[in-house]
Amino acid sequence: MKADKIKFLVFCLLVLLAPLPLSGGYLVNVLVFVGINSMLALGLNLLLGYAGQISLGQAAFFGLGAYGSGVLTTQFAMNPWLAMLIVAVCVAAFAFAVGFPVLRLKGHYLAMATLGVGVIAHIAFNETIDLTGGPSGLSGIPYLSIGEFIFDTDLKNYYLVWGFALVMILLSLNLVNSRVGRGLRAIHDSEVAARVMGVDARLMKVQVFALSAFISAIAGSLYCHIMTFISPTSFSFHISIELLTMVVIGGLGSVYGSVLGALLLTMLPEMLRAFEDFDIIVYGLLLVSMTIYLPGGLVRGIPMLFRHLLPKRGSHA
Amino acid sequence: MKAKGGTFVNKLITTALVSFALCCLSTAALAAAPIKIGALFAVTGPASFLGEPERNSAQMVVDEINKAGGVKGRKLQLIIYDTGGDATKAVQLANRLIKNDRVVAIIGPSTTGDTMAVIPVVERAQIPLIACAAGIKITEPVKKWVFKTAQNDTLAVARIYEQLKRERKNKVAILTVSDSFGSSGREQLKSQAARYGMQIVADDTYGPKDTDMTAQLTRIRGSRAQAVICWGTNPGPAVIARNAKQLGVTLPLYMSHGVSSKKFIDLAGDAAEGVRLPSGKVLVADLLSKSDKQKSALQAYIRDYQRHFKAEGDHFGGHAWDAVMLLKGAIERGGESPAAIRNQLEATRGFAGIGGVFNYSARDHAGLGRDAFVLVEVKKKSWTLVK
Amino acid sequence: MQLLNQIMQFVISGLATGAIYALIGLSFAIIFNSTGIVNFAQGEFVMLGGVLAIFSMTALKLPIPVAILVAVTGTTVVGVVFERLAIRPLKNATPLALIIITIGASILIRGMVMLLWGKDTQVLPPFSGNMPLNFAGATLLPQHLWIFGVTLLVIAASRLFFHHTITGKAMRACSFNRRAANLVGISVGRMVLLSFAISSALGALAGVIIAPLTMTSYDVGIMLGLKGFCAAIMGGMGSGLGTVLGGLILGVLESLGAGLISSGYKDAIAFLVLLLILFIRPQGLFKKGETDRV
Repeated sequence: MKADKIKFLVFCLLVLLAPLPLSGGYLVNVLVFVGINSMLALGLNLLLGYAGQISLGQAAFFGLGAYGSGVLTTQFAMNPWLAMLIVAVCVAAFAFAVGFPVLRLKGHYLAMATLGVGVIAHIAFNETIDLTGGPSGLSGIPYLSIGEFIFDTDLKNYYLVWGFALVMILLSLNLVNSRVGRGLRAIHDSEVAARVMGVDARLMKVQVFALSAFISAIAGSLYCHIMTFISPTSFSFHISIELLTMVVIGGLGSVYGSVLGALLLTMLPEMLRAFEDFDIIVYGLLLVSMTIYLPGGLVRGIPMLFRHLLPKRGSHA
Repeated sequence: MKAKGGTFVNKLITTALVSFALCCLSTAALAAAPIKIGALFAVTGPASFLGEPERNSAQMVVDEINKAGGVKGRKLQLIIYDTGGDATKAVQLANRLIKNDRVVAIIGPSTTGDTMAVIPVVERAQIPLIACAAGIKITEPVKKWVFKTAQNDTLAVARIYEQLKRERKNKVAILTVSDSFGSSGREQLKSQAARYGMQIVADDTYGPKDTDMTAQLTRIRGSRAQAVICWGTNPGPAVIARNAKQLGVTLPLYMSHGVSSKKFIDLAGDAAEGVRLPSGKVLVADLLSKSDKQKSALQAYIRDYQRHFKAEGDHFGGHAWDAVMLLKGAIERGGESPAAIRNQLEATRGFAGIGGVFNYSARDHAGLGRDAFVLVEVKKKSWTLVK
Repeated sequence: MQLLNQIMQFVISGLATGAIYALIGLSFAIIFNSTGIVNFAQGEFVMLGGVLAIFSMTALKLPIPVAILVAVTGTTVVGVVFERLAIRPLKNATPLALIIITIGASILIRGMVMLLWGKDTQVLPPFSGNMPLNFAGATLLPQHLWIFGVTLLVIAASRLFFHHTITGKAMRACSFNRRAANLVGISVGRMVLLSFAISSALGALAGVIIAPLTMTSYDVGIMLGLKGFCAAIMGGMGSGLGTVLGGLILGVLESLGAGLISSGYKDAIAFLVLLLILFIRPQGLFKKGETDRV
């Protein structure tokens, strides 16, 4: 327990100090998006890594959060913070309702159902032109602000986003180490056994689904206020797959793994800039090879690698 | 041992010589430092038909400029990033160009969506942006640092409606693709209909990757439409032309400038015959009269693109060509800092480019007028002008 | 009267598209039945069929029948390689791992095609010309007849294969119970390989016969794959008539939805139907079998 607390505090410190050596450079902007992606990956990981439920439609909740906040603050001039809260609660409620029929399914059927939800949401964003601006997007979304303090630069947005992210991470860490978390993992291993032991699997799955939707919606709201412009292309099936990749590469069932995966995948295009057109191939290769050779993700793979490489104590004659 | 006075003079002369040499070297160093221009194109992804020719054209014209000695003695360095048609990436890359690569101006992006996302970034950083996207919202209302080279959809729509009005047809069916290009066209088609006395009797859409539009066309066939206007980019309109032929829809079929390329004729085959669309003059460069101001630039562009890339230089690549040349003109006329470049851009008058003749001003950052489009028709698998 | 003609057109166009979904759905079902894997890369095999056929015709200047053969064989090779490299190593993987691998493979294949053949759309000339044919108030193209014909052939061939040949029966045995099949001497590994080969060939065939109508490019595989998967689910993932009917129904519903309700929401209608089926009758419309809900 104590080790976990220390780990978290160290992580917080890292996050707080990270922008300083970067002196307001372009990397701060990238790290803002890493923060958003971390929250999204975290939401998915709770559902996928802990509860074992496949979801290929996370972009739907991300988009609902973004468009919800965007529309409420532009067309109805609502206070952005109020809008964020209302939208997140509504999206969670929606997920809760949809979750009951959807989460009765398993494996590929569940994947397909969540994919369907994602595609339908994306089409809705595209077609409800009067509300969302359709394919041309929604612009003029206001910045978030507290009194006179406006979040309009990369540095301010960095602390805003990571502030939220750290809170989410803390809550998730508490969740997975609690009775609920153990229940989730029990469901993952064997739903039948969990039920026999008294875990209300059905309710719990839907609750996790709603929680992951809530987190994604908040990430969506933050995203729309940072970009001040959103369009449906940012919430497509493609994004759901990217999130899935982040979670797999980072580490299924690991809170920090979500962050690692988000960091890597957001920075990957930067690193691959030299390869230009080849990056799509590297992407696919990574996905395939990680699943075959490092199924635990990097967050477990790297320590494993270290253990192999470093000489064991007392092995010298 | 020299006399003290002599040593002093020596020192003076040496200092003078050294300072002079240093001045020369530093000016040489300054002269050698390239002018960094950033470019954001959707080279991969759903808008690659825009981004790829734009990237090619931009690279080609920058190479040519550099080979001819650069601009005011300095070479141009073009830093191109691929947005993939994704607004989030466009914002990240714009930040990278501005903060990391320290460019003095940015050309692109290719799509209206990417451009709208990038506008707040360049406005805040005060770097001039010359967008290659067509959406009218980019320059209306005018934003201080944002210009565009692609023709507004309004001009294309006006061309079509004018022709229809001349032929006394006033009931139209519109079929638009559900992406930003199509929806922008649809907005314009609807908002300008009243001015030309047009009545939209059918308003259908199709997805960018849809492969069968017979359902929509069947509906249109059953409506009172006297003409069909399809707004999209390849391959959708080609499928629509074929479907229309299959269903026996004999109404005149108008397309948008989104398909003003030979590729459309290749894809649609026989079904392309008789299709009309408003096009940038690049498609019919050879058919233009000698007095047309753009003719020489157009023919040179087509020739060079063919030589470099073994492909047809098209309407979209031309946007990037225009952007680079406009920048070149602005820098030559005295702009080296972002603010100076912006001022010179705004002062551009009468530049005969690929997209049209550009006249920017403080109230007009789109710069093109009606003559940017001509109406063309497909006759026997090639383009002809409609008089 | 006119409405009736219109509906007839919607139905006929829908049947043609549906036939393609049916073929793709069949290929999904074949792999699923012998391995329990849903191959999310199936759509890419369809794309490969079209792309390879066009390549053979334009670059290698081969006549149409040979080009089709090359396309189908080439795609089968890719499918086999895929099975060996990506599926084999994962003997006891979780469904999630398999889904991710197949998604990764589809991205890989798409990327390679984009690099090798560019992002342009390309067209294959139709097999028997372009003259529209009239049928009960609706029009068809000869290519549509090819699609129907090939689909019927495939249904007949698959019925024959799976129910009247030893290999086919062996594959069905694997789908019922792998262990038992192994015990009676069926080489499960070989059956898995064969199922991938057949699926890729089938997918390529679908890609080739639809290319003259819909044109092809490196990214047509995604939507086709999804719709084919929908068809398979609607048919209950069986390798027979159920999937074919599922595909046809999907195609017709899409077409009717686009024509009568709203063209913009066309895809949404298809997925909504899929969701309803998954909620109400996940074993598919036609299967009388077991479901997996505890």
